[in-house]
Amino acid sequence: MSAAVLILAIGNPSRGDDALGPLLCGRLAEWLENAGLTAGFELIEDFQLQIEHALDLVGRQLVVFIDAGQNTPAPFIFRQIAPSTAIAHTTHALSPEAVLQVYCQTEGGQPPPAFVLCVRGEDFGLGEALTVSAAQAADQALDFLAERCRQPELQAWQQAQR
Amino acid sequence: MTYQLETAQNPEKLRRVAIDPVSRVEGHGKVTLLLDEQNKVHQVRLHIVEFRGFEKFIQGRPYWEVPVMVQRLCGICPVSHHLAASKALDIIVGARKLTPTAEKLRRLMHYGQMLQSHALHFFHLCSPDLLFGFDSDVTQRNIVGVAQAHPETARRGVLLRKFGQEVIRVTAGKRVHGTGAVPGGVNKSLTVAERDELLKDIYQIVQWSREAVHLIQKVHTQDPGLYNSFGIFRSNFMSLVGHGGDLDFYNGTLRARDDNGALIFDKLDDQKYQQVIEEEVRPWSYMKFPFFKALGKEHGWYKVGPLARVQNCDQISTPFAEHERRDFVDYAGGSPMHAPLAYHWTRMIEMLHAAEVIKELLHDDDLLLDDRMVTGARQMEGVGVIEAPRGTLFHHYQVDENDMVTMANLIVSTTNNNQAMNEAIRHVARRYLHGREITEGLLNHIEVAIRAFDPCLSCATHALGQMPLTVELLDAAGQPVHALSRS
Repeated sequence: MSAAVLILAIGNPSRGDDALGPLLCGRLAEWLENAGLTAGFELIEDFQLQIEHALDLVGRQLVVFIDAGQNTPAPFIFRQIAPSTAIAHTTHALSPEAVLQVYCQTEGGQPPPAFVLCVRGEDFGLGEALTVSAAQAADQALDFLAERCRQPELQAWQQAQR
Repeated sequence: MTYQLETAQNPEKLRRVAIDPVSRVEGHGKVTLLLDEQNKVHQVRLHIVEFRGFEKFIQGRPYWEVPVMVQRLCGICPVSHHLAASKALDIIVGARKLTPTAEKLRRLMHYGQMLQSHALHFFHLCSPDLLFGFDSDVTQRNIVGVAQAHPETARRGVLLRKFGQEVIRVTAGKRVHGTGAVPGGVNKSLTVAERDELLKDIYQIVQWSREAVHLIQKVHTQDPGLYNSFGIFRSNFMSLVGHGGDLDFYNGTLRARDDNGALIFDKLDDQKYQQVIEEEVRPWSYMKFPFFKALGKEHGWYKVGPLARVQNCDQISTPFAEHERRDFVDYAGGSPMHAPLAYHWTRMIEMLHAAEVIKELLHDDDLLLDDRMVTGARQMEGVGVIEAPRGTLFHHYQVDENDMVTMANLIVSTTNNNQAMNEAIRHVARRYLHGREITEGLLNHIEVAIRAFDPCLSCATHALGQMPLTVELLDAAGQPVHALSRS
């Protein structure tokens, strides 16, 4: 039985601000534990999105992709996404929208409602530490995520888009 | 084996086209073409934008941390780095021969990685080109387009990937940042439940892999004019070869052949790789250019990966893959096939072999035993070599008496293929772009040639907003004249 909410955090912990996804994943897991909310959530961390992640979406009620972003408005954006073919061809690593599209093709139906939490990063160099601004953005993003996890409902999340 | 089109005579008089970064390869690559006013090609170079700092990242760390931390070098092939580092550090801890359980569990992990990596490449990265054509509508030429037009093919790609990832998860302990291999062995055996879960699907996986070979064989043989000549260049080739000349991705000795298939060296202990390989630095690229010392820089470069491995071995130990290898060799007509697009065919033969080996291993009760570690006399230096999905991968470490890594040298598969990829795109530029108006479809021909090698260019920073494909046409002063973008 899949947990109702899937948190898919993407990034490389050893590449500067690319660590934002794994960092938030770890901190959110801790927060969920302390809040006694672990039962409703599954957290998955990976380096990047791939086609098989579409199968992780099966049976969920809500999904959120957490990733670092270049040129993202600071400190982060949170928005609902839809399946899309428009940007799937730019890279070997899929966009969240393309993962939803792969879900449509492989599962034969619409994916669960999905959101992207994209936190602004500045430096993505190998072996670099998290930048100060990214660390601050992560704090704000965690507070925001915690609020969403207290009320994991589609309408509430839609109203929280920013 | 020459350097034609590497350096133009009068570059200041030419226009520059940059494909930056190359799409659907791992990381950041950039191709620049210098053209004159008649669009004649004078210089073609594949640049690796961000392939620095690996050794610095590792040096100064305790050696036991290395098998885990090197996984972060690459989001695409973390298992390859994990196992190559572990093999090098086996030597450091004096574990020259692992227990059967440890070796088989590592092999299972590695073959799971080969399966999922080859599946990703075939079904996700290259099938759009192969199924729709190199200059088809760019909005269709992607995995989503494949899923719409060939839903069963796309679904199999997803499920093959998923199975390979499950093999990795149960052997490495986690989906990412696994700790399965440690210097001297492994820290986890398989449980009966884990084995049985994989056994439920493996027969289907083998069957799908067979059908994937037949699909690419059909695609290739139906259009020999294209597939046997696109981007073709002749070169030496190298790989590990297992016991008795078998195809082996995990362990063996080094063998190299020349472009006619004659042996250059054979049965070379991987600890002695520096006796035969040297790396050249060129001012225009961050990535080095390895070559065989005995043949020199100009004639000693080589290719690695599936096309090299399948033609370098004497046989494949599993029946279905061996049957397919023989078909491939027969098609090649008794001499080595050098066409880059034949990488796809051989890659699928390797995927089939990986599936068959996984099936055999899952029936081996050694995977369930607890005899996982060995130790021996501590050494100060070790080399680990494996055949990663993209080709031969070298990890070489020196460790001091305080267990800190003092020297690290990595030659990754893509570096081994550096000159080969450059040669392939120069051939394509000469054949398809020379004297013609540059279009997106024509530029994709360059990328098709690069993708055949399945390069891993920067080992994967992937943040949202990165990696659009932009093509810039600059005038002689470096000012942009025209730009194409896929973002």
